[in-house]
Amino acid sequence: MKVMAQMSMVMNLDKCIGCHTCSVTCKQAWTNRTGTEYVWFNNVETRPGLGYPRTYQDQEKWGGGWVRTKRGKLKLRSGGKFKKLATIFSNPKLPSMKDYYEPWTYEYDMLLSSPQTDYTPVAKPKSLITGEDMAIEWSANWDDDLGGSTETMQDDPVLMHMSEHVTEELEQTFMFYLPRICEHCLNPACVASCPSGAMYKRVEDGIVLVDQDQCRGWRMCVSGCPYKKVYFNHKTGKAEKCTMCYPRIEVGLPTVCSETCVGRLRYLGLVLYDADKVTEAASVENEHDLLEAQRSVFLDPNDPAVVEAARAEGIPEDWIEAAQASPIWSLIQKYKVALPLHPEYRTMPMVWYIPPLSPVVDIVGTSGNDAEDPKTLFAAISKLRIPLEYLAGLFTAGDTVPVERTLRRLAAMRSYMREINLGNEPDEQTAAAVGMTGREVEEMYRLLAIAKYEDRYVIPTAHQEIARELEELSCSLDYEGGPGMGGAGPFGSSSGTPTPVAVENFHALKNRQNADDPAGPSTPGRVNLLNWDGNGSTDGLFPPGSPEQQKEER
Amino acid sequence: MTSTLDALLWGVLPYVTIAAFVIGLFWRYRYDKFGWTTRSSQLYENRLLRWGSPMFHFGLILVILGHLVGLLIPKSWTEAVGIPEAAYHFVATWMGSFGALLVVAGLIILIVRRRTTGPVFSATTRMDKTMYVFLAASILIGSWATVETQILAGDHGYDYRETISPWFRSIFVLQPEPALMAGVPLAFKLHIIAAELLFILWPFTRLVHAFSAPVPYVFRPYVVYRSRDAAVQSRESRPGWDPSGRPKN
Repeated sequence: MKVMAQMSMVMNLDKCIGCHTCSVTCKQAWTNRTGTEYVWFNNVETRPGLGYPRTYQDQEKWGGGWVRTKRGKLKLRSGGKFKKLATIFSNPKLPSMKDYYEPWTYEYDMLLSSPQTDYTPVAKPKSLITGEDMAIEWSANWDDDLGGSTETMQDDPVLMHMSEHVTEELEQTFMFYLPRICEHCLNPACVASCPSGAMYKRVEDGIVLVDQDQCRGWRMCVSGCPYKKVYFNHKTGKAEKCTMCYPRIEVGLPTVCSETCVGRLRYLGLVLYDADKVTEAASVENEHDLLEAQRSVFLDPNDPAVVEAARAEGIPEDWIEAAQASPIWSLIQKYKVALPLHPEYRTMPMVWYIPPLSPVVDIVGTSGNDAEDPKTLFAAISKLRIPLEYLAGLFTAGDTVPVERTLRRLAAMRSYMREINLGNEPDEQTAAAVGMTGREVEEMYRLLAIAKYEDRYVIPTAHQEIARELEELSCSLDYEGGPGMGGAGPFGSSSGTPTPVAVENFHALKNRQNADDPAGPSTPGRVNLLNWDGNGSTDGLFPPGSPEQQKEER
Repeated sequence: MTSTLDALLWGVLPYVTIAAFVIGLFWRYRYDKFGWTTRSSQLYENRLLRWGSPMFHFGLILVILGHLVGLLIPKSWTEAVGIPEAAYHFVATWMGSFGALLVVAGLIILIVRRRTTGPVFSATTRMDKTMYVFLAASILIGSWATVETQILAGDHGYDYRETISPWFRSIFVLQPEPALMAGVPLAFKLHIIAAELLFILWPFTRLVHAFSAPVPYVFRPYVVYRSRDAAVQSRESRPGWDPSGRPKN
């Protein structure tokens, strides 16, 4: 047994309202740079829909993830190491810009500087790639809210695997949102595809990262990842991906997407797992067994033998405690309401989802029945084959049994808690019908519905982080180029050693305080109070007084 | 007796090239690991690249192997193992020509693509353009030399293994013999000079990616694990700043 800790996430899809706040804040934090205009570490898809990039789930086309060979071994779907090297000069499975979208901006300046004309000036869309005029045809969530639209529905890879009548009826059935980040898999296909060895899984917390100094831009990770969550920065020529906000996680803060989530639907915490069993679990023959196989890899953090083995591996005490308090462990193993996204890719993904019950409840409600009566709801779950099969296509490789079990637990929780809300005695039978006790249901309700900040995010801090912070502060001007040297290096944009974060912050702060832009104050030299952070000079805070006053002040 | 020009071209320039190449590569790796990449433009355009890039690169591998064999293995060695001169010449000429054909065709496709595809052209730096001039020059002059002195020159062609190859080896054993280059056809001389200029430029262009050919990939396990401490530190710890711990016995 080799115990390792994995920082993982669970998202409760019932709560997602599709507001895209996570995507926007993530983009502001990480990918608002040249070369990453089209990059969304976090995106929110409408299901049924095409996803981003379009039809990424169709692995026959994109060749991501692993497959099991006849001899029971795991193989990268797009070919082994030699095939990878043979196709290195032109990756046949790489999505093109068209499969994502061509990023654009608008010619806003025309609105201000246009000469007088008979018509209102317009801000034309301009491509951020070529700078030319362009027609906007697609974007990261172009099919937002178009769940089941006949415009896009036929191309949804999950639907294609379902029977025909399902597809026809789907239009009237349901729609839900699926927020996606990197899965930080236990058996990452992107890492396995990287010829340079620049991608790695961190030993301490399992976060999958790209070493920017070692990446050589061979692009194999982009096609290797079945979730298409590794992106190619077309300006720097390097791969970039969701970092699970590791600088925040290391100091105990939740990721930006979690922190800003309006629905409070994301959970973060540790899971202990047995690294020795990962490959074996990922290579089970029947795809339907992958969910159970992955669950069997996780180790019970309350088991004394596991704690002992974790200590032996050098996992710190506070990390073990965090694993015991982990909401992820509760949702995946204790209540068993969370399911992995596409386990059939055999990467052992570590961002799991609580499937949405809302579509079922909505339909029962609109049919005039009591949508919280357990009997009606239980019957409806299995009768509504369409959402069930679709959810199974996403979360359990097509096996509807675990999805149904999960939805029944969620339905039981609704009914049980309604009785309490109405002041009635809760029915222990409702809980027992889904294999839980009333107490467990209430605990689960607390985690899912009350969802306190400290219950949702149990993040132990990384050790030695203070020493490293001080290390950077101590001599932050001591780097290539010296302070204030900005701009592109001689070998294309962003070449040369990176500017230390402290220096970057210093300049950003200074620029912000001295900014003389239309949003700033009209009097030159004044401080814009809207974005003044309390630091720095306040000389221009008030207009200069009369000469006499100034003399008095002196 | 060698003239001053000959001495400079065949006795001095090679060493200048080697120095610039080695020191340049070392400096670039130290200074600019982040800029050390293929700078692939496949994301912008794949229709032409799908043909041009493999043709160019595989052709180039063939050509480089041919150069290594022709320049490094002395004629006496191949004769000692019983390969007749005519057979050697035949194989070298036709393999070389095939490689050259691939490289030139690939290069033309890639240059046309680079110029005509908007996004690719706008992602082309000034350094790229300079590099393309020298790269195309050495490839085209080299191909011309092969056609002129080997294919069109009749049965045997020009035997570079009597002159150029010994001269090349003499450079590396630090006993340059510029005199060997005196009677070499002009096309070869120009090819060598163009190549030397390309090598001087090499460390400062995107061509450095040739030195990160991912051969170790074949030998490593699929999934790579790294420790946070080794990976995240913004720089190496300074002498005297080692974290405290129990002394090791």
